[in-house]
Amino acid sequence: MRFIASRLLQAIPVLLVVITATFFLVRAAPGGPFSADRAVSPQVIKALNERYQLDQSVWQQYAAYMTDLARGDFGPSYKYPGRSVNEMIFGGLPATAELGLYALLVAVGIGLCAGLLAGLRPNTGQDYVPMTIAMLGICMPAFLLGPLLVLVFGMRLEWLPISGWGDLPGDKVLPSLTLGAAYAAYIARLSRAGLLEVMSQDYIRTARAKGLAEWRIVSRHALRGALMPVIAFLGPAFAGLLAGSFVVETIFQIPGLGRFYVQAAFNRDYTMIMGTTIFFSVAIVLFNLLSDILATWLNPRLRLALRKGSGT
Amino acid sequence: MSVALPVDAQQSSSLWGDAWWRLRRNRAALAGLIFLSVIVVVALLTPLLAPYAYEEQRLALGASGPSAAHWLGTDVLGRDMLTRIMYGGRVSLLVGFVATAVALLIGVLYGAVAGYVGGRVDAVMMRFVDILYALPFMIFIILLLVIFGQSMLLLFIAIGAVEWLTMARIVRGQVQNIRRQEFVEAAVSMGLGPWTIIRRHVIPNTLGPVIVYTTLTIPSVMLLEAFLSFLGLGVQPPQSSWGLLISYGVETMEEFPWLLVYPGLALTLTLFALNFLGDGLRDALDPQSASGRGGS
Repeated sequence: MRFIASRLLQAIPVLLVVITATFFLVRAAPGGPFSADRAVSPQVIKALNERYQLDQSVWQQYAAYMTDLARGDFGPSYKYPGRSVNEMIFGGLPATAELGLYALLVAVGIGLCAGLLAGLRPNTGQDYVPMTIAMLGICMPAFLLGPLLVLVFGMRLEWLPISGWGDLPGDKVLPSLTLGAAYAAYIARLSRAGLLEVMSQDYIRTARAKGLAEWRIVSRHALRGALMPVIAFLGPAFAGLLAGSFVVETIFQIPGLGRFYVQAAFNRDYTMIMGTTIFFSVAIVLFNLLSDILATWLNPRLRLALRKGSGT
Repeated sequence: MSVALPVDAQQSSSLWGDAWWRLRRNRAALAGLIFLSVIVVVALLTPLLAPYAYEEQRLALGASGPSAAHWLGTDVLGRDMLTRIMYGGRVSLLVGFVATAVALLIGVLYGAVAGYVGGRVDAVMMRFVDILYALPFMIFIILLLVIFGQSMLLLFIAIGAVEWLTMARIVRGQVQNIRRQEFVEAAVSMGLGPWTIIRRHVIPNTLGPVIVYTTLTIPSVMLLEAFLSFLGLGVQPPQSSWGLLISYGVETMEEFPWLLVYPGLALTLTLFALNFLGDGLRDALDPQSASGRGGS
């Protein structure tokens, strides 16, 4: 518990840095949110600036923003009058969360199977084939794999819809596969390496000596060790999945958070960029925390060290 | 000095000789190395080798499939795809190598200093790395590129700024081990300053893992560049990169699939080669796999 508390405490300065850096970076940007499209009279700009408090000093704005943020309010959107950033974030969140979840299922499901398959018979065909495919998965980025899948399964074979989310049956298959593929590849490599390391340990030899069946040795004793690197990887993978969702949601025209973010970036929608950046950051930091805690909890050696109070 | 040098040279030549021998037996890594050498030579000599001029358009031709005149076809503006891919590869490789070099320089120096000095300095320096690790950098890179415009220099700095963290951690871990070894003690007792020791004795001994990690950083940097270019935030026209070519290819893939497939193939094969080479180098240079031969 002390470990969790100390990790939570460490996360707070990180989040403060993120929020502050984002705020001042966005303020430092050349060109305001209203300078782009058409000529607007000075009075209108003045009125707009007053309305969105852009006429105050940066520090006043910063204080106001932080106060709002503490109440969970990301402020109004600059680009879409009358809509708040909160509305837009939570409007896009369900699709992105669902996409991320399916992609994670694809990654863990396929990745673990391939990794265990390969790790159980190292240096055989059963090892080389999935590992070569995994290497291909790592080298083929989502923005290439996605269009290729669309081209083959959507346009040529016409098996699956090529865009949308929840409009047509099966339109969630290609985006989830696209986003999850690279992580399936990483997980396959990690779980293979983890399994190989565990299988050479003494306690596996002991289990063998006891005459346990091979599948029991794997499922009871080896699996946990093989899972360790995978669980530690889930934190970074989550950050990668978010970044991947920018591309996948753009390719498949999914109305999610990632697409909003890219649009907001091009529109210079200050509050929207800040809101989504902060939202993503909090999510990433929390997920890292979660995967850290999970990894510690699953690793008996670390757990023991913590109980003795020697760990951090 | 005159005693230490020959011993040092002998040891290192046998280590590298050994590594080279092991690398040569790894066929995938060797194939990767050969493929990469070809790609790099082609990239260097592109202005001489490219079948057409970079700017040359034949609007009348439009997008045409592979033919004898245009091996990889032409794009919508009638530009030769092979030429475009060759020039795009120059940019992709340049970003990959330069940004990795930035990461290498910062990471090795930072990690070596932290690991060698140790104590409180080390704790503060590595804590800083931990905090940076927790930041969502991908989002920050996008933010930076959106706010300050898309320049190549910014791209190098932004990518380099992300990738040095892991390098610093790896080097620090290595240096902590090296610092305790006799030859460093000998150097200290000979009255060498810490900076000289770091430069002459510590950093050269971290080269193995650094080379391995560098080889594996280049593909991830190239992926990052391609990702940003795909979103329209990276390399800007009239310059071109594989990521940018892929994003153009996606727009017209239904009618002209080769515009997507060939740049994609170029990127994937290069990344494939780099990763195989990196894995091979790790097997050849990794102290863990070498520990069987008595490196206590």
